[in-house]
Amino acid sequence: MSTLDGKIPGGPISEKWTNYKNKVDLVNPANKRNIDVIVVGTGLAGGSAAATLAEQGYNVKAFCYQDSPRRAHSIAAQGGINAAKNYQGDGDSVYRLFYDTVKGGDYRSREANVHRLAEVSTNIIDQCVAQGVPFARDYGGLLDNRSFGGVLVSRTFYAKGQTGQQLLLGAYSAMNRQIARGKIKMYNRHEMLDVVIVDGKARGIIARNLVTGEIERHSAHAVVLGTGGYGNVFYLSTNAMGSNVTAGWKAHKRGAHFANPCYTQIHPTCIPRSGDYQSKLTLMSESLRNDGRIWVPAKKEDAQAIRDGKLKPTEISEEDRDYYLERRYPAFGNLVPRDVASRAAKERCDEGHGVNATGEAVYLDFAAAIVRYGKEQATIKGEDNASESRIKELGKAIVKAKYGNLFDMYKQIVADDPYETPMMIYPAVHYTMGGIWVDYNLMTSIPGCYAIGEANFSDHGANRLGASALMQGLADGYFVLPYTIGSYLSSDIRTGQISTDTKEFDEAEKQVKERIDSLVNNNGTNPVDYYHRKLGNIMWNKCGMARNEEGLKEAIKEIAELREDFWKNVSVPGKANELNQELEKAGRVADFLELGELFAKDALERNESCGGHFREEYVEKSGEQKGEALRDDKNYAFVSAWEYTGVPSEAILHKEKLEFNDIELKQRSYK
Amino acid sequence: MNLNLKVWRQNSPDEKGQMVDYQLEGISEHMSFLEMMDVLNQKLINSGERPVAFDHDCREGICGSCSMFINGEAHGPVKGTTTCQLHMRSFKDGDTIFIEPFRANAFPVIKDLVIDRSAFDRIQHSGGYISVNTSGNTQDANATPIPKENADLAMDAATCIGCGACVATCKNSSAMLFVGAKISQYALLPQGQVEAKDRAQNMVAQMDAEGFGNCTNTGACEVECPKGISLSNIARMNREFLDGSITK
Repeated sequence: MSTLDGKIPGGPISEKWTNYKNKVDLVNPANKRNIDVIVVGTGLAGGSAAATLAEQGYNVKAFCYQDSPRRAHSIAAQGGINAAKNYQGDGDSVYRLFYDTVKGGDYRSREANVHRLAEVSTNIIDQCVAQGVPFARDYGGLLDNRSFGGVLVSRTFYAKGQTGQQLLLGAYSAMNRQIARGKIKMYNRHEMLDVVIVDGKARGIIARNLVTGEIERHSAHAVVLGTGGYGNVFYLSTNAMGSNVTAGWKAHKRGAHFANPCYTQIHPTCIPRSGDYQSKLTLMSESLRNDGRIWVPAKKEDAQAIRDGKLKPTEISEEDRDYYLERRYPAFGNLVPRDVASRAAKERCDEGHGVNATGEAVYLDFAAAIVRYGKEQATIKGEDNASESRIKELGKAIVKAKYGNLFDMYKQIVADDPYETPMMIYPAVHYTMGGIWVDYNLMTSIPGCYAIGEANFSDHGANRLGASALMQGLADGYFVLPYTIGSYLSSDIRTGQISTDTKEFDEAEKQVKERIDSLVNNNGTNPVDYYHRKLGNIMWNKCGMARNEEGLKEAIKEIAELREDFWKNVSVPGKANELNQELEKAGRVADFLELGELFAKDALERNESCGGHFREEYVEKSGEQKGEALRDDKNYAFVSAWEYTGVPSEAILHKEKLEFNDIELKQRSYK
Repeated sequence: MNLNLKVWRQNSPDEKGQMVDYQLEGISEHMSFLEMMDVLNQKLINSGERPVAFDHDCREGICGSCSMFINGEAHGPVKGTTTCQLHMRSFKDGDTIFIEPFRANAFPVIKDLVIDRSAFDRIQHSGGYISVNTSGNTQDANATPIPKENADLAMDAATCIGCGACVATCKNSSAMLFVGAKISQYALLPQGQVEAKDRAQNMVAQMDAEGFGNCTNTGACEVECPKGISLSNIARMNREFLDGSITK
């Protein structure tokens, strides 16, 4: 074990980034023309980084597995993006955003990174507006904001329920401008299958052309991974079907430490599972918690009657409803952070108060909001004697304007009308705070290999606040990496083009080909999904919302056995040299089968509860906070960065000590 | 429910394709259409046959990956819905369902139901952006108020997911709804004004070069668009194009 150096600049926290930028080495424009950078992934982080690096003059090669960069899964983010603009004059500031994010992350993030994130947050909004991103505006033509969980201000900018889409299309448009100039060479339908290390530095990648199956070599002076999170290790998640850990995992196997894999965000408001055939889960934006009230039947017999289809939620009287978040957390109510809300839902369902046929769902109810808005509108319109039905009609129109597309989506999936009966929701895997370890420069432990956005670990600690993923992706890509990468590349101005005709590329390509061949020639009996579902079950049951020592030990063993069975008995139809979607899936699931084991080991060795990592053994035993997560700052205020050794459960732990000079470590209280 | 599927199978761009029949039993009405396709593929893999290739990713109606012409309609029978959000409750026991790729000269078939929509990307390269560098020194986001009505209309245009249903639906394989949506988004915003004339000229020229047909005002694209992009965007594009042609 060693102690890792995060390379945090000196000075007061509010001056670190400015001082860093003032002193960082730059590459002159003529030299940038001779430097190539590979960017893998074209979501908010990868897309914004590729565009900005190309604007600066570097030659960028960008890769995505989708048929167009515009389809990266950032596109599915609904609710919004945070920025410390304080346009609402409600007391927001860079410091407050910094504070909220560190506290929300349960004091397991790197202070200096989070402060930098809060500082550049305001630039992001300016940049996106300049690109033509159509954020919501009020009648005066100025930008509108809303509130998200875990904070007491309104700092979230949004574009209906499609904020991720609009921000991604902004980054995509910036990329398109550079593609047209020839500064970005775009490789669609390509998947990175290895990173190539030459003389200890990342100098290229091996990629598979997903249309022809051809294995290609691409060289560069630096490799940037903006490849997203690994939530699909759970099989069912809100991630896209293709979201995967492969690029990050390959880098890990080549020497990049993997940090805090057990920090996973289970999002409280997703549409519950309906059957075994289910392929993915759909999120209902956290913004709904601004107006929706979460409850379950207070009486178990009512819950049972609902599960049996004998009772409707609208037939349960107010006094027989348990608004458990408002009851347990009066200060934050329905807007507690995601980890707290998710665990509270699980607790109620485990106690037998859950609804839906499965017993795994709670209600998100808009009836009160509809009446509240309706009365407001009636007053505005001067309808003093408006009837109950008129008030509802007016209220529904407001709710429709705010959340219409989400309500429509719910109706399509569940075939139930959320304007009339409360929505059913249940937590689902959504985001991974853990990821590849990076220093302040966003460089991994492989020199020249960077990780940005959800793919890295740095900014959200053990729990991410709502509307902060979009902020971090764009901060890394537009405003951080383009500076920090210069300090590395400034020593490469005389290197010249990197050849792909070397033994390192030969060796990496050979390994990739052998692995593909062994998959397509396996002639096994079980389809890839069979293994993915089994892995997902182990992860959800033993590494999910609540974990304990016994379950985690079992998980490690079971995942190792499943992996062995996979390589013996998986069946991958078709050939290597053609479009073969089962082969793509097989490669990704094979990597998840390794990551899952490291995930469980990380969770096992972190003997505390923090953020999304909840160990049943470590809870407050008494007092006002009884039952809440119990952190252990004395022994666990560090980042766990794992070094690959061949078997995931035998990875070597390196620690980066987390120092909090500007924020006092406290128990998170939302009461 | 039990279903008879007729699915377009085509091994590669150069080979001839054909409709192939498959029977599926025990499909739940709660499944999404793509989950039904997953069941078909698992069945094919288990019997040693090749699964049907189709594009899909987010499965929540926003990435625009999924396509499929279902019973003669882009994204199937439900309005305002992508294939991934279509559920089997829209079908009945014993139904025969025809499943084909989106067809257009500019969208060649790669394999089975997977098509090449890179023409859409190339149109965007020709002008689908505002030329602003990332500097951190752009003006404050609230420096230029934008009338809510224009901002909302720009947002409506910008919700296009680039799936290509408009092209697949149009008898002329016209991409005007797609191109009109992008041109409109920028035409409605002050930031987009500087390059407005060139943008309309360049994007329309690229659209033509890709082999998309012209618009003859049938309006089928608007009807089949899963995001309800309005035909008025085509009118706005024509106005922008004409303005650029006359005054430049």
